[in-house]
Amino acid sequence: MANVAGIPVYKEIGATPAPATDTDSAPVVIVGAGPVGLAMALDLGRRGHAVTVLNRLDFVAHCSKAICFSKRSLDILDRLGAGDAVTDKGVVWNIGKVFWGGDDAPVYQFDMLPVKDQKRPGFVNIQQYYVEEYLLDEVSKLPNVEIRWGHAVEDVTPGAEGVTLDVTAGGQGYRLRADWLIACDGSRSTVRDRMGLDFEGRVFEDNFLIADIRMTHEMPPERWFWFDPPFNPGRSALMHRQPDDVWRLDFQLGWNIDREAAIRPENVEPFVRAMLGEGVAFEREWYSVYTFQCRRMARFVHGRVIFAGDSAHLVSPFGARGCNGGFADIDNLGWKLDLVLRGAADAALIETYNDEAIATADENILNSTRSTDFLTPKSTASRALRDAVLELAGAHAFARPFVNSGRLSTAVSYPASLLSTPDAETWAGGVPPGSPVLDAPHEDGWLLDALGDDFVLISHGWDGAAPEGVTRLEVSGLAAERLALPAGGATLVRPDQYVAARWQHPTTEAIAAALSRARGALLKGDACLH
Amino acid sequence: MSALTLTPNLSGHDDLYQSLVALHEGLSEEDSLKVWAKLALLLANQIGDRRVIEAAIAAARPAA
Ligand SMILES: Cc1cc2nc3c(=O)[nH]c(=O)nc-3n(C[C@H](O)[C@H](O)[C@H](O)COP(=O)(O)OP(=O)(O)OC[C@H]3O[C@@H](n4cnc5c(N)ncnc54)[C@H](O)[C@@H]3O)c2cc1C
Repeated sequence: MANVAGIPVYKEIGATPAPATDTDSAPVVIVGAGPVGLAMALDLGRRGHAVTVLNRLDFVAHCSKAICFSKRSLDILDRLGAGDAVTDKGVVWNIGKVFWGGDDAPVYQFDMLPVKDQKRPGFVNIQQYYVEEYLLDEVSKLPNVEIRWGHAVEDVTPGAEGVTLDVTAGGQGYRLRADWLIACDGSRSTVRDRMGLDFEGRVFEDNFLIADIRMTHEMPPERWFWFDPPFNPGRSALMHRQPDDVWRLDFQLGWNIDREAAIRPENVEPFVRAMLGEGVAFEREWYSVYTFQCRRMARFVHGRVIFAGDSAHLVSPFGARGCNGGFADIDNLGWKLDLVLRGAADAALIETYNDEAIATADENILNSTRSTDFLTPKSTASRALRDAVLELAGAHAFARPFVNSGRLSTAVSYPASLLSTPDAETWAGGVPPGSPVLDAPHEDGWLLDALGDDFVLISHGWDGAAPEGVTRLEVSGLAAERLALPAGGATLVRPDQYVAARWQHPTTEAIAAALSRARGALLKGDACLH
Repeated sequence: MSALTLTPNLSGHDDLYQSLVALHEGLSEEDSLKVWAKLALLLANQIGDRRVIEAAIAAARPAA
């Protein structure tokens, strides 16, 4: 069933035959082998669980989708074993520049890695299909993860103790019963649709043209964004480098256009030449037009069905928050579902995934909505305000931070997390509960690499006994400084690298209490799982 | 709204009024809007206290 009309193939895999019987069962089923489903399978698979992934297509698609992967995503991919492959192939960048009109000097500039001495850069650019391929390489090493290619979920029947799916594979139907279902089936989620669940939000009235082209071109590895450039007057444009001498050019087109016509080479190429010069030599990689929406489900957890990635939330591409937001989801869910599956935590712990992933989605949607309001002003007055900012920014430093060409994805904190133990002492800086540990050099490597997949107690000269179930890590120097740990202090870190609690004067009892709280001990039964 | 001064806090009101009118002389409505926006941004930065600015925004908003 490869070569589905209109979807180009990056990597042919081939259909997995339907199971021999027409009813089958599995403890954990993931729907969708996009980047989010694959990363979820990898996280749970590495923790030893039997995972079944169903994917409608039987190949990896060659589309122009995500290219910008954030530092936080690289940290997560490192934990999952795919960070090096992605970073080695990717184009590393930290600096973004915003230009206005025909001026060669930027009106605004930002650095995505303000704190240096960390393992990973602010961003790498890499085609989404490479990320999928590298995740797949890691998943293939796990005998306990099975991907069924060419298996499409057609219907979903949720129950109290599990879910039953109707699946078709190669024209044959079968039923699959799962204890837990994770829906990573993208923005048009079949699971969401069949369960009759909402997906509320805003649609933005604007079209953007993507021209991914191949050319050799000298330019620093930076994100360049233009408002009102001579080559797209009154609108915006973006230029960004990808691996393999591929460049992403993105042109704002406006609302009332013929989208079919807009991607014909004779209509795209004048844009490219206007931007890069008449004589430029380039080859077409992929042309497409996209519009965007900011939406999310009201809840991501529905009993035994959990949503992650684009199925749960959608944002505009201008903050690179889509796939990066999806990786944050699976990073948050992986360890929690692991504890529940092993019987080490109550199912109520999953409810904190709902809270924390929604906090992330809301921050992403807020930032993305604000960027689009700047890019696509909705009224004469908001256009006047936007243009006032740009005119002032050219002349005065004070106005530059107002310039919004996309606030790019960074890790989201959960200050209100029910799993955190609030500070009992006064801290000057450092990383508070509910925020991710800041990376730093550690021994011959990096702090984040030393954390692993479990709860860790990072201590700075504390020699007390840690409670059972916690790995110890002793730090000094910059690592201790960035956590603001005094001599004798310690920080308890969750398996997703978020701080659960910290002490200047830790005791074994206090650590044990914070650990059980972080595992959901204070949460109420499963009454809230609805 | 306590953060915002709502009693007279400067002198030469007629001069200031005249300057504000003169600012828009010869401008299209569109350019006028932009000039108002610039002025608001400059003053907001000068005030530098977001509570005061938010209180001013609330005071400027038409009553519902
Ligand atoms: C132009 C553009 C640029 C972008 N740039 C960025 C960026 O720079 N950075 C960033 O972070 N994000 C970016 N994004 C967003 C990013 O592409 C998505 O967030 C990401 O693909 C979401 O991954 P996912 O796994 O949740 O869903 P998807 O990638 O949509 O994967 C869903 C999978 O589920 C399968 N599936 C669907 N229905 C069924 C079914 N019924 N049964 C079985 N399988 C099913 C599909 O075949 C697919 O493989 C961009 C998006 C666009 C369009």
